[in-house]
Amino acid sequence: MKGLNIIVLAKQVPDTRNVGKDAMKADGTVNRSALPAIFNPEDLNALEMALSVKDKIKNSTVTILTMGPGRAAEIIREGLYRGADNGFLITDRKFAGSDTLATSYAISQAIKKIAAYDIIFAGRQAIDGDTAQVGPQVAEKLCIPQVTYAENINAITAKDITIKRRLERGIEIVKSTYPLLVTVHSSAPECRSRNAKYVMKYKHAHTETELQESAEDYLKLQVERPYLRIAEWSVQDIQADVELLGLSGSPTKVKDVINVVLQSKDSKTYTTSDTDIESLMKELIDNHTIG
Amino acid sequence: MENFYTDNNDLKFHLSHPLMKRIVELKERHFEDKNTFDYAPLDFEDAMDSYDKVIEIVGDISANIIAPNAESVDKEGPKIENGRVIYARGTSENHKALTNAGLIGMTLPRKYDGLNFPILPYIMAGEIISRADAGFANIWGLQDCAETIYEFADEQIKDSVLPRFHLGATAAMDLTEPDAGSDLQAVQLKAHFDEQTQKWYLNGVKRFITNGDAEISLVLARTEEGTSDGRGLSLFVFEREDKALTVRRIENKLGIKGSPTCELVFKNAEAKLVGERRMGLIKYVMALMNGARLGVGGQSVGIAEAAYREALKYAHEREQFGKPIIQFPAVYTMLTNMKAKLQAARSLLYETARFVDIYKALEDISRERKLDADERNELKNYKKLADMYTPLIKLMGSEYSNEIAYDSLQIHGGTGFMKDFPIERIFRDARITTIYEGTSQLQVVAAIKGVSTGVFAARMNEYAEQIAHPEFEYLKRQLKEMQLEFQEAANFVNNAGEPEFVDFHARRLVEMAGNLVMSYLLLLDSLRNEQYKNSAFVFIKMADSQNKERYSFIIKSELKDIGLYKLA
Repeated sequence: MKGLNIIVLAKQVPDTRNVGKDAMKADGTVNRSALPAIFNPEDLNALEMALSVKDKIKNSTVTILTMGPGRAAEIIREGLYRGADNGFLITDRKFAGSDTLATSYAISQAIKKIAAYDIIFAGRQAIDGDTAQVGPQVAEKLCIPQVTYAENINAITAKDITIKRRLERGIEIVKSTYPLLVTVHSSAPECRSRNAKYVMKYKHAHTETELQESAEDYLKLQVERPYLRIAEWSVQDIQADVELLGLSGSPTKVKDVINVVLQSKDSKTYTTSDTDIESLMKELIDNHTIG
Repeated sequence: MENFYTDNNDLKFHLSHPLMKRIVELKERHFEDKNTFDYAPLDFEDAMDSYDKVIEIVGDISANIIAPNAESVDKEGPKIENGRVIYARGTSENHKALTNAGLIGMTLPRKYDGLNFPILPYIMAGEIISRADAGFANIWGLQDCAETIYEFADEQIKDSVLPRFHLGATAAMDLTEPDAGSDLQAVQLKAHFDEQTQKWYLNGVKRFITNGDAEISLVLARTEEGTSDGRGLSLFVFEREDKALTVRRIENKLGIKGSPTCELVFKNAEAKLVGERRMGLIKYVMALMNGARLGVGGQSVGIAEAAYREALKYAHEREQFGKPIIQFPAVYTMLTNMKAKLQAARSLLYETARFVDIYKALEDISRERKLDADERNELKNYKKLADMYTPLIKLMGSEYSNEIAYDSLQIHGGTGFMKDFPIERIFRDARITTIYEGTSQLQVVAAIKGVSTGVFAARMNEYAEQIAHPEFEYLKRQLKEMQLEFQEAANFVNNAGEPEFVDFHARRLVEMAGNLVMSYLLLLDSLRNEQYKNSAFVFIKMADSQNKERYSFIIKSELKDIGLYKLA
């Protein structure tokens, strides 16, 4: 049986969940060097969903696609350590300053270069920008259907997929043929841990740039083992129009950044009586804190 | 993300011991596997890097899956359905995570889909998992059985059974019976060879079997009719099959509740003979037990680590009389002693693991080619050391584990006695470590001969020679004095010429020897890394005073004193 070709869109992000004092620069932008770089959490959920498809449909392959600076190759290795088959790093100075429109353009160009794909999985959103726009925009640019907020794959065959969506006020079950793009919600199963053999197999996987910079001499090894080469793609490689990238390709302009200090104002006291608890619940539901 | 490997500097320190160079060299031969297996190391540095990265996975799964499951596993426990064991939900989740991560069959050669890891990183993984959940560590640690099958079974059994471990097959050692506990020579479960089918069949009952409903079991059975001692026993591999094996009950235990302790009934269960008949107990089970004892050593250190951390955290958080209780001498001395004992036991654990690694790797090489004279001597020397140190770490590690858990609960005060904090579970889990795989009393019997030999004395002198640092001169002299005291006490006991007098003092002597070894090891650790100095100083103070007490008791004793202790 022919397997499915799966692409996972993954992003390396600053860990905004553990923010210290120096997380922001004076100009209000994120101080990336002060925060550890991690695999975007919902992209890990997307990776798990992709790997679970690979487990179920024989001969399927999982490819990690990421865009970022050279060190984002780490994301591809993390994918390989968990069961992905290969990966591509889109990296070029000309991408700097790209907003979601320019980013989705670059990614869709890279996917066109990969050409053969059945499912694209992406995290719902990244914790640095929280836009949730890149996945859907990529689907639009590729003219393929999209299923957002996926929580679970209820059924899958070589021909179609049935997905449970986690929505604000309920769930929705949808079925689609391929190709399609799926964005995955944090309520989806957590990603598996690294596998010992994959770690030992792929720990020497590097990009050309990393090899030039590192002191380790594993060049010869890459000749013997081509799977250790992580391809880097530039603007040229993905045949992108430079005008549509970076600042020039990004209509989003940051007008101002305001430093918000959250302060507690007045407080209310509730007793443990049923009526008090009921009124608290009602209030929380009404102001959409819960529910 | 929390990680039980990277948050503990001790582990990396012991993993990077200079002797690892020799161990890797023996274990990986000439790194030939790299031409056949894409995950085999290229060189020494690469191998060490692989151990580090793989143990980091263990640390991740332990901190983020196994530890969070520990409380519910302890509450829920396994249950029995139609003669089968059903694990607690968390237990299955833990096992699945470790299987998917490729962490079962860690020490098996690559041709059986193993990782070909030395014993040391494997024991370290066991320590880390035990810190998260000691009960679960048993289920994972029973992959020890693979080692015994690899060493003693024929090629056909090895080819069919060993690759199953990597796929997550669980294992069990079926030794104990209602009337054969510490005395395994009394095993009754019967194995008979059926001429028609040309196969072996097992019939009988086993009791107190950890993870008894495993997929692969090693079963000790009587093959020689009419015999009544150890020489009539043989070892079998049994692969789980419905009806042939029924789990009659699961014991309700004080601790390690997640690990099912089973009573088993075998009815015409087809099994395969491991190695030769009659060698079951005297050779194979002894090897199996030595592995398991080292494993319990690792488990004990893991439990002690968990207990120490709980105590330290609580002592910082809990305020009384206007300040955190850690500021009171009564509390901080307890914590410091706990830490010293923990680090001493850990040092002994990995020293033992290194000895085992070297002799086992040489033994394995000897199956392929003849060893030269130097190698034969090396094997002999390290095997002696391993046999001597294994009961020592089992004894000292498990006793310390209990003492540290006891003190940790004490530091928690009344709160520790409640079910609200993890320490009550850790305290209960620690209790079994001095009992199973040979009680502390039996470890003393196994260790007493070794510590009285010249090999032991030579090793102590070797340690002393390595300590050439002006700062440690004074302590070195103190250790030399302890060594003389021990020797004098041992001679005094042995010269009495009465075996019962040796048994009477054996525990005291073995503990003196243990204190001496751990004192030397901590001092040697301090030479490699300053951070161990404090623990070394504290431990040596404690060891010295304890040894003096034992010395005094022994020297002032007479043969007739034994009579005072004999009950009618």
